[in-house]
Amino acid sequence: MKKLMLGNEAFARGLYEAGCRVVSSYPGTPSTEITESAAKYDEMYAEWAPNEKVAMETAIGASIAGARSFCGMKHVGLNVAADPLYTAAYTGVTGGMVIAVADDPGMHSSQNEQDSRHHAIASKVLMLEPSDSSECKEFTKTAFDLSEKFDTPVIVRLSTRVSHSQSSVELCDRQERELIEYKKNPQKYVMMPAFAKGRHVVVEERLEKLREYAEVSPLNRVEISQTAEFGVITSGISYQYAKEALGERASILKLGTVNPLPVKLIQNFASKYEKVYIIEELDDIIETHCRKIGVNNIIGKELFGYIGEISQAIVAEKILGVTIDTTSFTENVPNRPPVMCAGCPHRGLFYCLSKLGVMVSGDIGCYTLGAAAPLCAMDTTICMGASISALHGFNKARGAEAEKHSVAVIGDSTFMHSGMTGLVNIAYNATNSTVIILDNSITGMTGHQQNPTTGKNLKGDPAAAVNLEELCHAIGIKRVRVVDPYCLAETEKAIREELEIAEPSVIISRRPCALLKYVKHKPALKTNADKCRSCKMCMKLGCPAISMKNGKAVIDHTQCVGCGICREMCKFDAITE
Amino acid sequence: MKTKSIMIVGVGGQGSLLASRLLGNVLLAQGFDVKVSEVHGMSQRGGSVVTYVKYGDAVCSPVIEKGEADAIICFEQLEAARWLPYLKKGGHLITSVQKIDPMPVITGSATYPENIVEKLENLGADVTSVDALSLAEKAGSAKASNVVLMGVVSTKMDFDVKLWHNAVEQCVPSKFLELNKTAFELGRNSVR
Repeated sequence: MKKLMLGNEAFARGLYEAGCRVVSSYPGTPSTEITESAAKYDEMYAEWAPNEKVAMETAIGASIAGARSFCGMKHVGLNVAADPLYTAAYTGVTGGMVIAVADDPGMHSSQNEQDSRHHAIASKVLMLEPSDSSECKEFTKTAFDLSEKFDTPVIVRLSTRVSHSQSSVELCDRQERELIEYKKNPQKYVMMPAFAKGRHVVVEERLEKLREYAEVSPLNRVEISQTAEFGVITSGISYQYAKEALGERASILKLGTVNPLPVKLIQNFASKYEKVYIIEELDDIIETHCRKIGVNNIIGKELFGYIGEISQAIVAEKILGVTIDTTSFTENVPNRPPVMCAGCPHRGLFYCLSKLGVMVSGDIGCYTLGAAAPLCAMDTTICMGASISALHGFNKARGAEAEKHSVAVIGDSTFMHSGMTGLVNIAYNATNSTVIILDNSITGMTGHQQNPTTGKNLKGDPAAAVNLEELCHAIGIKRVRVVDPYCLAETEKAIREELEIAEPSVIISRRPCALLKYVKHKPALKTNADKCRSCKMCMKLGCPAISMKNGKAVIDHTQCVGCGICREMCKFDAITE
Repeated sequence: MKTKSIMIVGVGGQGSLLASRLLGNVLLAQGFDVKVSEVHGMSQRGGSVVTYVKYGDAVCSPVIEKGEADAIICFEQLEAARWLPYLKKGGHLITSVQKIDPMPVITGSATYPENIVEKLENLGADVTSVDALSLAEKAGSAKASNVVLMGVVSTKMDFDVKLWHNAVEQCVPSKFLELNKTAFELGRNSVR
C-alpha cells in the first residue's frame, strides 16, 4: 500500500517496521513529528523527555537492555545530547540504536544553521542521509541493522525539506524482535579510563570497517547518464535539486553514508569526468574529504557558499547559467513576519516589560517573538535555558543597579529542559535576579507537545506534574509569585516589586496557550467608533486582530478571542463585548 | 508527464497545511507521483506561509522556485501579490479576497496596497478571485475558507469529483466533515 507521508512520519514508520521498542525525544522543529507519529503505534513505547540529553541516555539504556531504541532531535538538540553521544560511540550498543538529527538550513525555525555532520565526524559514528520520505523509512530500517552489525549508534541526518515534505511511501509489516539477553559487561559499558582506553581502540577499528562498508554500501549510488557533461557528488535533499535542475546533463554520485565517506568510490567516479560539482548544503564536508583523498577536479563552495538552502533554481543558475524571467508586483509588498497570536498570554507580560524598559534576557520559544515590533521587549536569545544563566552573569558583571532593571523570560518547557539549573546557580551563587516563567501549560512553538509541567504524557494520558512553585522554593528561591498576564495592572505591579526587592525571585506568568483546544474563548470584542479617540494605545500591544481603519481602531472578529487586554489599555471605553 | 507545480500561500493559522494535504491526496489517488512541502514552527505564527504541491511522473525537488508555479492558490490578497514572482508566465492565480493586515501595516510603518486583484490582472496573471471567507462563514465556520478554495481549485482540474470528496473525508476530522463538505460545494459552485 502506498501512502503520502512526511519524511518524519515515514521515519516513524521505519522505526515501527524495524521493531523498535523504545522512543525518547525532545521536540524541536523540524524533527518533532517523528516522535509524535511514533506514539501512534501501540507496539512502541514513546515519550517526551525533558531534554535531548535525557532522551539520548534513555535510548542508550534501552539499547543496553537489549531493545532497538531511538531518540530524535533538531540540530541544536544534538549539542545538548553530545555528551552521551560521544561516549555511546565508545560503548557501542546491544539492541540497535538510531538517532535522528534534523538540520535546518535556511533557519526556518532555528537560532543557528549548524551542520550536524560535524558531530558524526567528531564522535566517529556512522551517519546516513536520506533524500525523500521513502528513503527516510528504508534508511531507518537499514540504520538499525548497521547499528547491530557494527555495534555502534547510527545517526540519520534529516533537513527541513526532507522532514517536512510528503512523498509516497510503500508500507510493510513490522518485524517483531525479541529482547537481546542482558549480560553485565563492565569492560564495554563502564567508561572509566581503564576500560575506555580499550574501547577507543575498538572505535578506531570500527571506523575502519565502516569505511570499507561505505565503499560497497547500496546506500551510495552512481547514476550514470550517457549524455553527461560533468559529474555531481551530492547527498540528501541536494540530490533532488541536482536531479531536477540537471537531468541527463550530469552523472550523479548520490551518497547515503555521509560519515564515513567512501574513498575509492569517489576517486573512481571523479576520474571519469573533467569537472565534478559538489552540491551540499551548509559546510564543505564532502568537498574537504575529496581534497583530502586527492580528488581536486571539483567545484563546490566557491559556487554555492556556506549559507542557507540550495534549490533547483540555484543549481541551474550556478552550473548551467540558466535563469527564469519573473514578474513582480508593482508596489512595495509589506513584510509579514510571524507574530504572537491574538489572545496569546505572552502579549500582556511583554507589554509590561516593554513599558518598564528593562533588559530582557530571552530564551527559545513562541515568546521569542516578544523581540519583534511593536513590543521590542527582548535583549538576548542564545539557546535553550540561557535566559536565566545569562541574566545571572549579566548581573554579576553589572551589579546591584542592573538587578533592578533586568529580568529573564523562559517558557515552562524550556525551564524544564535546561532553565532550572540556571535558577539553581542564581540561588546558590546569589544574584538578586528576577526570573519570569511564562507558563502556558504546553510546549507551544513546536506545535503543542506535553512536558513535565502539564500533567499529561506524550500519549495524552495523566502523568506526574512538576509543581513549579514548589520546585523554585526547593531550589532556594524564597520569593515565588503567580500572576495572570491577562491582567496588566497585576502583572506590572508584580514585576516592579520583584525588581525592587534585593532578593532572587521568580514570577510565574500563568495562562494556557490560546490555541489549546480546551481553552474556552470569549466572544470577539468590538470597537465603538464614536468613543475611539484614535490614541492608538491598543495598537501598542501588537495584536494581529487590531488595526486602524479610517483613523479608528477596529477588531477582526475572525481573529479576536476576547482576551480583553486591549480593553484594559483603552482609557475611553471604546472597546466592548 | 512533466512535473506540475502548485503553491498554496497564506497567513499562518489559515489552514494551508490541510489544503495542501487535501490536494496531495487527490493527486496521489489520480495516480501521480506527488511531493508536498510544508512549513512548521516559528513561521506558522501569523507569518507568511507557503506550501508546495508538485506532481507528475517523477517529482524530484519538493520546493518551487521563482517562475516555476503553474498555479498559486492564495488565502489572502497581499500574499497573492507577495508570491506573484513565483508564477509561471500565463499561470493561474486563485485568490481569496480576504485581507489580513500584517504587523508593519498595523504599526503604521507600511501601507496595505489597494486594488491588488486588478493590479495582478494588469500584470498579466490569470486571476480567479473568490470571497472564500464569506462562503466559509455561510458553511458554518470562517476556518473552512481553505476547503472553500479547494472547491474552487477542483473546477480548474480535470479530476473526478469523487476523488475530491474522498480526500475531504480523509483529511478533515469527522466532527467537522459535514461543515467542510458544504464549504467545498460552495467553493465549487461559486465559479460555475
